[in-house]
Amino acid sequence: MNKPIRNLAVACMALFVALLINATFVQYWEADDLSSLSAHPDNKRVRDAEFARERGAILVRGKAVAESNPTDDEYKFQREYPQALPYSHLTGYFSRDWGLGGVESSQNSILSGSDSKLFVNRVIDLVDNESPKGGSVTLTIDPEAQQAAYDGVEALGKNIQAAVVALEPRTGKVLAMVSSPGYNPNRLASHDFNEVGRVKQRLEQDPGSPLNNRAIEEVLPPGSTFKLVTAGSALDSGKYTPDTMVPGGARLDLPQTSTDLVNESGGSCGGEKITLTRALEVSCNVSFGAVGLDIGDDALRATAEKFGFGTRTFTDLDDALTKQAVSRFPEDPDRPQTALSAIGQYDVAATPLQMAMVGAGIANDGTVMKPYLVDEITSPKLDVIDKTDPEPMPDQPAISSSAARDLTQMMVGVVENGTGTTAQIPDVSVAGKTGTAQSSPDRPPYAWFVSFAPADTPAVAVAVLVQDAGVARDEISGSGLAAPIAKSVMEAVIGK
Amino acid sequence: MSSSRAQSDAPQGLMGFVHRRRRGAELVLLILSLVVGIGAYAAVGLGVDGETPVNLFTYGGWLAALVVACHVVIRIFAPYADPVLLPIVSALNGLGLAIIHRIDLAREAANPDARTFAGTQLIWTTLGVALFITVLVVLRDHRRLQAFTYTAGLAGVLLLLLPFVPGIGRNINGARIWVNLGPFSFQPGEIAKVLLVIAFAGYLVLHRDALALAGRRFLFVDLPRGRDLGPILAMWLVSLGILVFQRDLGSSLLFFGLFLVMLYVATERPGWLVVGGSMFVVGAYVAYLVLGHVQTRINVWRDPFDPDVNGYQIVQSLYGLAWGGLVGRGLGQGNPQITPVAESDFILSAIGEELGLTGVMAVILLYGIVVERGLRTALICRDDFGKLMAAGFAAVLALQVFVVIGGVTKLIPLTGLTTPFLSAGGSSLIANWVIIALLLRISDQARRPPPELVEPDEDYDADATQVVKIR
Repeated sequence: MNKPIRNLAVACMALFVALLINATFVQYWEADDLSSLSAHPDNKRVRDAEFARERGAILVRGKAVAESNPTDDEYKFQREYPQALPYSHLTGYFSRDWGLGGVESSQNSILSGSDSKLFVNRVIDLVDNESPKGGSVTLTIDPEAQQAAYDGVEALGKNIQAAVVALEPRTGKVLAMVSSPGYNPNRLASHDFNEVGRVKQRLEQDPGSPLNNRAIEEVLPPGSTFKLVTAGSALDSGKYTPDTMVPGGARLDLPQTSTDLVNESGGSCGGEKITLTRALEVSCNVSFGAVGLDIGDDALRATAEKFGFGTRTFTDLDDALTKQAVSRFPEDPDRPQTALSAIGQYDVAATPLQMAMVGAGIANDGTVMKPYLVDEITSPKLDVIDKTDPEPMPDQPAISSSAARDLTQMMVGVVENGTGTTAQIPDVSVAGKTGTAQSSPDRPPYAWFVSFAPADTPAVAVAVLVQDAGVARDEISGSGLAAPIAKSVMEAVIGK
Repeated sequence: MSSSRAQSDAPQGLMGFVHRRRRGAELVLLILSLVVGIGAYAAVGLGVDGETPVNLFTYGGWLAALVVACHVVIRIFAPYADPVLLPIVSALNGLGLAIIHRIDLAREAANPDARTFAGTQLIWTTLGVALFITVLVVLRDHRRLQAFTYTAGLAGVLLLLLPFVPGIGRNINGARIWVNLGPFSFQPGEIAKVLLVIAFAGYLVLHRDALALAGRRFLFVDLPRGRDLGPILAMWLVSLGILVFQRDLGSSLLFFGLFLVMLYVATERPGWLVVGGSMFVVGAYVAYLVLGHVQTRINVWRDPFDPDVNGYQIVQSLYGLAWGGLVGRGLGQGNPQITPVAESDFILSAIGEELGLTGVMAVILLYGIVVERGLRTALICRDDFGKLMAAGFAAVLALQVFVVIGGVTKLIPLTGLTTPFLSAGGSSLIANWVIIALLLRISDQARRPPPELVEPDEDYDADATQVVKIR
């Protein structure tokens, strides 16, 4: 009977080897996949461990806007947002059951400590038998500008839909970004998970969609602020100077149609022929419709794309639900559509971030810098691991530096003796452009304002969008609603 | 006894080789096994509460007392027994106790009234050791068991039927394999396992010639005669009955596989494996087509993450294993309680989570060594009954370990079986302690030097009967 027993021994060995190989497969080869929350969001072990980790802080000029503080419960740490409301769309939220948002999500690997850049720290933690800590993320935000933007939007009233973006023209740093209505991320990070579920549900059902970041997530017609792109394109073409005389009458006959393009006021812009500068100052639709027809849709699109239309470059706030929306200029408009596009109507659509980039590009001698929010990544021991270097957008400059200088002077004119007087700052020359965009006849128009200051050495470019201020239709204007907010943000940055 | 002496006394032992007792080696290994068991218990306390458990010395002392009792009994009643089996079993049992205690702590942290298992398991361990000692003391020669062939067979089958008796049978997790007697509940199938190995061995020793020699050759394999198919048919029907009526895939596979292996070992004819294997495949396939619970198991195994199948148990087990990774979270640092029945069928996932692939491999290798020592005992055993019994016990352990560990690591479809010596569960624990006692008894017989021929003293008459000395 010994031969079958020997065979049996071999068979048993085969069984045990199969068990060993399979265990290696599950616990080594497949382990990362099984422990990845994106592949298996129901993996409670990983989720709870992530939730119980000492996450790094999100810092603004050295002060935490998101931090993990020790608690007594099983999760050991409570994520807290000391300045919850002004920063809600930047920090995002950190919830156990509902995922992450904002920088919490986009920089999760750093904050949680699992990023390969923190590998050395992880090994040290392992050796010291410390539980791994996350690295910190420093934002480019200027806290005064952020606060000014938030206060300005809040002053318009509760639950108004608005967004503010401020950029540093020279670098592309995001100095302020506010979207209204906001929310309180502390309530989503709470350890009372039933309550968190209710809060999340309420936020999702709120008609003002407070979880949306209007500064980057929604494209809307930019209205007259798009005339900056049209003017830039015209000046850059060499065919126009600020003093070129353009049509300034009450109406522009749109080719191939029976309708005419009219001005906001219904009247003329101050004569049959006015200078391009004057046309911008009074935001003359007839003039820019004619300029757009003259230079053509291809030139307009080319300039718009150099300013950032049609591309998605800002990823610092990407999360599962949010991404920067791509601003657009229509693909193949006919002539009347081209005229409408030139004044920011028809199918032109832009995010507030995009319009801030237009302002920043003009301010930075025509070169648009890539906007970024994450400035610095530091290890738990506060060594700088990574610092973002400013870089220009592809295909720069968007317009020549002489065109940019001319356009800046024209924009200064807008604030000094045009539609943008509400943005004036004493002793500082401000360049700006108002906009009031129609979407559909039954909706109130949007108020826009794009500006930068000081005009000769620009330190900040701001775009403000007031989407729905709940005020009477005829009171809605870029100069009345949006420009004062832009003014206070610029004042905050330049310290006046 | 030294080997030099064995060589000088030419006729002594098998090919001149005599096994040493190796009781000292066993003692050293037993101390190591206590280090595993008590160390794991202390580590659980450190991991969960940050301090060693207050009753560490009482608990450790109790385990040590059990182990020493076993060791002393072996020294007296089975001095030649295999020295490796007891230490491995002691280590596995100690590790199992610590893991069960760890899961208890986690459950109590969530719910102070949660049911705990470690205390009961310690009582069952003590009972198992008592039974182990009883078997070694009472049963001096395993061949006596051959007299109980049919008694054991009948008792085994009755035990398997016991869960169907109204009033005491109970469905747990869909399988009707439990019996309730007052406050106790047990799985008669585990006890039946021991009895059936004895019964098969006794039956096959008597009938192996008929089963082995008659038959016809077909395609390189010797197929048995039709009239000899009776017992295998009967066993096939019993296995299918377990599958259909008790809804227990694991036990069904275990008993039929055990029978086939012993049949093969007894007859040395692979033909039986072919016949039996095809019968099982056919039976299992028909069961798959007909029985809903078998289909469910297979579908869960194919894709446990499919939201349409209820793969919660196995998914949690896989998450736990993956979360453990190579070296584990450390005892007390994981969440093994998330996996359902982690203290019993899924205890290997708990080990994998907290001790990692390293711990899982160590456990699998320990089982591998137990099986290997069992088969070695079968190889060197001098009588056929002992050979068959040892091979049967080794095979049943190997099959059970493969079925349950393969199940919780998704190598094969999940079936409900306990992990020998690790899982919480009294019937399984005492049955396996008895199996080890019987293996030690057989190995004591097998390793003992053969009876010596004693030269007649000059005082005796030359034609006196030869004196045979049995140690």
